[in-house]
Amino acid sequence: MKFRTFAAFVAPSIVMMLIFIAFPLVTVFLNSFRITQPVVEQVEVETCTAGFLEQTCTTEIKTQPVLDAAGNQVTTTEWVGWLSYERVLGLAAMGEALAEGAWAGILNIDFWKALRFTLTFTLITLPLVIGLGLAIAIAVNNAARSLKGPVIFVSLLPFIITPVIGALSIRWLFYGDGIVTALLEQWLATDISVAANGWAIEFLMMFYRVWHVAPFAFVIFYAGLQTVNQDTLESAIIDGANRWERLKYVIVPHLMPLIIFVALIHLMDAYRAFEEVVGFSSQAYRITLQWLTYDLLTPDDAGNRAISRASASAMLTMVGIMILLIPLLRRTWRDHHGES
Amino acid sequence: MSTPRAMRMPLGLRLASSGFLAFWLLLAAFPILWIAVMSFKSPVDAFSANPWEVITGPQTRGDGAGLSLLDIGLGAVMLWLSARIATRSLPRIVAQLTPPGLLVAGWLVGAVLFAVGFLVAFVGLLPLVVAPLEAVTGPFGRPVLGLTTEHYVAVWVDNAFYRNFINSMIVTAGVVTISLTVGTLAGYALARSGSALAFWILIIALVFRALPHSVLVAGYLPVFINSAQILEPILGENAPTLYGQPLAVIAVLVSINQPFTIWMLRSFFQNIPAELDEAARVDGCTHFQAFRWIIMPVMWPGVITTGLFSFLLAYNDFLVTSLLLDAQNQTMVPAIAGYFNRETTTTDQVEAVAAAVSITAPLFLLVMIFQRQIVSGLTAGAVKG
Repeated sequence: MKFRTFAAFVAPSIVMMLIFIAFPLVTVFLNSFRITQPVVEQVEVETCTAGFLEQTCTTEIKTQPVLDAAGNQVTTTEWVGWLSYERVLGLAAMGEALAEGAWAGILNIDFWKALRFTLTFTLITLPLVIGLGLAIAIAVNNAARSLKGPVIFVSLLPFIITPVIGALSIRWLFYGDGIVTALLEQWLATDISVAANGWAIEFLMMFYRVWHVAPFAFVIFYAGLQTVNQDTLESAIIDGANRWERLKYVIVPHLMPLIIFVALIHLMDAYRAFEEVVGFSSQAYRITLQWLTYDLLTPDDAGNRAISRASASAMLTMVGIMILLIPLLRRTWRDHHGES
Repeated sequence: MSTPRAMRMPLGLRLASSGFLAFWLLLAAFPILWIAVMSFKSPVDAFSANPWEVITGPQTRGDGAGLSLLDIGLGAVMLWLSARIATRSLPRIVAQLTPPGLLVAGWLVGAVLFAVGFLVAFVGLLPLVVAPLEAVTGPFGRPVLGLTTEHYVAVWVDNAFYRNFINSMIVTAGVVTISLTVGTLAGYALARSGSALAFWILIIALVFRALPHSVLVAGYLPVFINSAQILEPILGENAPTLYGQPLAVIAVLVSINQPFTIWMLRSFFQNIPAELDEAARVDGCTHFQAFRWIIMPVMWPGVITTGLFSFLLAYNDFLVTSLLLDAQNQTMVPAIAGYFNRETTTTDQVEAVAAAVSITAPLFLLVMIFQRQIVSGLTAGAVKG
């Protein structure tokens, strides 16, 4: 294919990615080092009220935004260096906590709280997703042929459902006097309040994520199971391997590339966790890195968005993604050079 | 195919395996089924601590909204009939009436007509028939199962959820069409070109796919809000404010989706033998002609699968749409957050449940129809790699 034809085919896609992905990345990078805010001026206002003999006048100093000729607010942009990063990382509060030796105090700072949760969340759900996906794939593979279609249909539901709605559907089973909580209360004869307990919410968020992603792992492992070499399995039987050994030494090594693939995809997606916080309304107890950026971008009560701090927190989130990406990139690189 | 005896499983293991499978199926379906049941009950029943009361709905029945055995029987017959029509007669009629080449359009018209007919029969005709019958059948006509559609009426009619629905449809339709048009061209070229440039484009796309969406939105927001001022030198007086515009959101979602789309389409195009377009080129076609006349007719399975995933991304999105759209252009998923964020009555909560079920229903249909394509899409990227 000549370069000109190639360019013509690819151009629309590249242009869109440049405008809407590469360009915003540059602005985010720049915005994280500068703060844009409305210019305010202090004016002396004299207010007079009618009084006997003389008017009573008071003067006070008011702060008000400067407006230009068209009536828009005038804004200034200042380069502030690492200030926004310092604020997001809460360096001042962190220094205090360290000086007092109160390590736990660090986890009260939003960013570190979010980082702690996101990492625990990602690392705990990873083996569960792979284990459950593999177990379902093997169970479906053993099931009668006529059952497979309906089983795959039902299994796809948690994966296909809108993430926020999926989280909500589990929340309604547990929050308040949800039926599962009610059953647990009856069984344990205690009062349980899920919505006010950080650890219970954390558990539910992980449960939701495993429920949501396991079908994806299942479908991929199931496809991989169809290509297991039957001759190898038979030789393993002749060599006296039992069921467990066959799973461990034949099937799992065969699926290994797929397990790595699922693990990488899951790491990237779980690190970007966001919908759980919305669905479980967990912001008072547990937040994720992406939610932190989202929260800074949402207008506060005065209608201001903390763009600079949001940009800084976005850049910090990206650092993590880059670390997670390195193994995936190396794999693609190897595949490419293996092919050619 | 008979399994060799040595591979056959002992009874205990087989029981354990099917028991586990049954447990998973229950786990997978239960939350979704349960919110569907809740959405039809009055608030007291829906949030009752006793599961049996949630299912039968005594309070709802007490309020006079319920189904009798007669209703249930007739409803089941109607459902069975419509399922038969949908699976047997509809494909035949569509195939007969549509001219070749317009099969997709024919199916769309057929599906819409069927849906309208179903609604008219189920909501319009059935109650008219049932009411006089219930009066004469005695015990069979008495309500046994509490069921009310008032929350759906409240959500769709009173709270104007149909507006959010229309917005969702505009955004998803835009995203699917544009991202497929742009993506097939790029995916085709990337599959056919072995150059280093193509490889680097794919690598960069991979990096872009991993970016958290909030990072990108942080880049859009200041620009979109001030776009009227920024674009003024170029576009003059009528420079638009991009914030709140569905078109801007469509462009954003298409671009966010683009890396995934081109990777997926590329792997589908690689399965179409390159000899096919080489033969066309020998016969004197240009690359564009070869693409138009040789590749396009055979690429539909891959395009449909990729389209499904684009649809899901646009339909399920919360983050981008909630930050970049204003209230009047809001799509369905962010709109639902409005229900459960205000700490109000249980009626509001059941309405949120009804809205959630309304959002899920189209997805349910989608899996039903396109199960095979979804599975092939999921495995396309993985199994070969």
